[in-house]
Amino acid sequence: MSMSVLYDAPGPKTRRNSAIASVIGAVAILAGLTWVFFILAAPRVNANGAEQPGMFDPSRTDILSDPQVWGAFGGAVVETLRMAGVAAVLAILVGILFSFGRTAASKWVRIPTSVLLEFFRGMPLLLMILFVFLLFSTGSYWAGVLGLAVYNGAIIGEALRAGINSLPKGQREGGLSVGLTSLQTRFIIEFPQAFRQMLPIILAQLVVLVKDTSLAYVVAYPELARTIKNLQNFYGSRYLFTLFAVGFVIYLVMNVTLSYIARYAAKRSGPKLGKVTPDNPKVPGAEGTRAITMPRGRSGYRDNSGGGFS
Amino acid sequence: MRLKKGLSISAIALVGLLGLSACAAETDTAEPGVEAAVPEFEAGTTMADLAEAGSITIGTKFDQPLFGLQGPSGGPVGFDVEIGKIIAASLGISEDNIEWTETVSANRETFIENGTVDIVIATYTINDKRKEVISFAGPYYNAGQDILVLAGNPEGITGPEDLEGKAVCSVAGSTSEANIAEYGVDLITTDTYSNCLEPLRSGNVIAVTTDNVILAGLADQNAGEFEVLSNPFTEEPYGIGLGLDDDAFRTHINDVLEASYDDGSWEAAWEATAGAVLKLPAPPAVDRY
Amino acid sequence: MDAISNAIDALVSITPLYMQGFLLTLALLAISGVGAFVLGVLIAAMRISPVPSLRVFATVYTEILRNIPLLLVLFFCAFVLPILGVELDFFLLAALGLTLYTSPFVAEAVRSGFNGVPVGQAEAARSIGMGFTQTVGLVIMPQASRMVVPPLINVFIALTKNTSVAGIFFVNELFKATYAAARDNGDVVVLTLVYAAALYLAITVPLGLIAGAIEKRVMVLR
Repeated sequence: MSMSVLYDAPGPKTRRNSAIASVIGAVAILAGLTWVFFILAAPRVNANGAEQPGMFDPSRTDILSDPQVWGAFGGAVVETLRMAGVAAVLAILVGILFSFGRTAASKWVRIPTSVLLEFFRGMPLLLMILFVFLLFSTGSYWAGVLGLAVYNGAIIGEALRAGINSLPKGQREGGLSVGLTSLQTRFIIEFPQAFRQMLPIILAQLVVLVKDTSLAYVVAYPELARTIKNLQNFYGSRYLFTLFAVGFVIYLVMNVTLSYIARYAAKRSGPKLGKVTPDNPKVPGAEGTRAITMPRGRSGYRDNSGGGFS
Repeated sequence: MRLKKGLSISAIALVGLLGLSACAAETDTAEPGVEAAVPEFEAGTTMADLAEAGSITIGTKFDQPLFGLQGPSGGPVGFDVEIGKIIAASLGISEDNIEWTETVSANRETFIENGTVDIVIATYTINDKRKEVISFAGPYYNAGQDILVLAGNPEGITGPEDLEGKAVCSVAGSTSEANIAEYGVDLITTDTYSNCLEPLRSGNVIAVTTDNVILAGLADQNAGEFEVLSNPFTEEPYGIGLGLDDDAFRTHINDVLEASYDDGSWEAAWEATAGAVLKLPAPPAVDRY
Repeated sequence: MDAISNAIDALVSITPLYMQGFLLTLALLAISGVGAFVLGVLIAAMRISPVPSLRVFATVYTEILRNIPLLLVLFFCAFVLPILGVELDFFLLAALGLTLYTSPFVAEAVRSGFNGVPVGQAEAARSIGMGFTQTVGLVIMPQASRMVVPPLINVFIALTKNTSVAGIFFVNELFKATYAAARDNGDVVVLTLVYAAALYLAITVPLGLIAGAIEKRVMVLR
């Protein structure tokens, strides 16, 4: 067990108290969940006093035995991943372009890129997808892909820029002094280091991207969220809860798996301890502080300058 | 081994070919009427182009009970869809060659303008504002805005006047929303009518309002939970959206609609879909504006 | 000429709707911003606390909320909570959903600020006999707070954009107004979208600039 500098190793009494508190807490949470379960299972009383069967009643879950429904869910997951996959590749490319533009020597490149980036970062993704959809008549698939690519590309670009900025000055100077051009230095020396350093943030942002495919439902792309909605419209609103619950589980499994893979990849290829880490680029004394906080590598959404959030 | 496999594959291919030609022969002989019924269109018209291409893209909604719903597999179903098939047939296009595109309310005009779809049949109310950017054939059905309440009508609502100051659910940006707003209701909006049902159940709103046919579909899907007042207070003629000022195409569709009133195909389309819940209405006169 | 007057007409007619939407977006941002901040700090505190069960709880909470789309979180608030007997109006339900969804991101931002405080600070505090609460409250927190601000502002920028999803769940915020306007003004769709974008940028760009400025100052202070 790892120790924290913030508090003493707990003694027997504290451990006992803490164990008791944990048990009480766990019991309280379990009791809460049980209560929720029973409320949901109990017959639903409408505002007019009419009773409807509870949420777990067979009349609300019978569609789950229909293979067609599962076929629709399967298709929706495929559509979701198909959109996310292409959007992820494009987002990284867009991010690379943005990061180069933002760090360019010429202000004629730098300033327009900054403005464009600010614009893409500040627009809601829903609005962006609708924008592409209505203006460029791309069809719903490409509207979603382009919206996701540009939006997440802007965030990844900022992360990469932060990575490039956080490199020691000597890297660039070294590159230039051996006769590489400015652009070559950027490509060959700085960028690979920045990319590696920011990999956890980029991977985490790609998980966010998968989640955000749900917003493409606004342009009627048949991904998971839209499919749940279409199924609900088709079978009737009494299946609302059932379909929601299934969608919840699918999203959770899909994203937790992807997060896990992302973390694993980040751990394998990310920067090693002792270097400036993406957890806290350019923070002096960062190496030792991990002890006072939570395990590293679990996160990566935070980015001191980029803001990799959704 | 390999030879065997190759042989069996070519055998399958052969059988497939035979099957195909048999099918083709069948349609040739069994349905000569359909082939012959396709009229020759003047070159350059939309009809000629579509008939030439042998396929048509139709925009419809996937969230309107009885009119357009997307099942877990296969194409959409509903009255709008049946009307689309009638129009496609008039161009010599079979059901299988219709490409259905889901239109959401915000993009119906855009889709027509930029040619993403050839026509839109999507519980699409004909109004003057829309006529500025697209043209309408039809109407093929006259709906009317109505009110959905919980079974037993606990609030005793008889018409839109009773809703003043009360919470009512509708869809944002719809003609229904604009119509009910005039009665001074406390409007709660979302993007699909079926979303309105939960608030109605839990008492957050006391009524849901939109076109009677959609409400009837919602009530039917949730048997016994809701009732429609059946007291429509507006007229919502549903038209078929097509490119602005494509008069030849509009006239053609209007002719097709009138023919379908006469030969019973309109009635058959109704009975196969909305007719399960609603009475057969008299077909509306098309508006050749 | 006709097109221009059309556009002006459309602008005039959608402005009241947009303004109402803009105000609700701001209100959502303010309420769920404060809520997410409080909850997020609490979660961050739980994740570094000495009590294992709190750490586990905070981790599970973060994992679940981070891995499901906002759409489903809001869906839960708008449709499932009323079944459980929660009687709030849809605006507050949406604010609650946004609060829950944003809180793990706040916790992460806070955590990254904590990461920035040299460990010697905590060691010094502990060595003069301060307990957990004192160390965190009196020594770490004040130093971490200024480094927390820029990432926190980024969280609020994301929150601003995320309020747009609340429109689906009965809140008349700006995106819903946009969607309705785009639907009703088929002839000037571009205008309706650009107008809405400008209003969103009016919130997010200043926030971004503030974050940038603070970031620069903090960097100098270090």
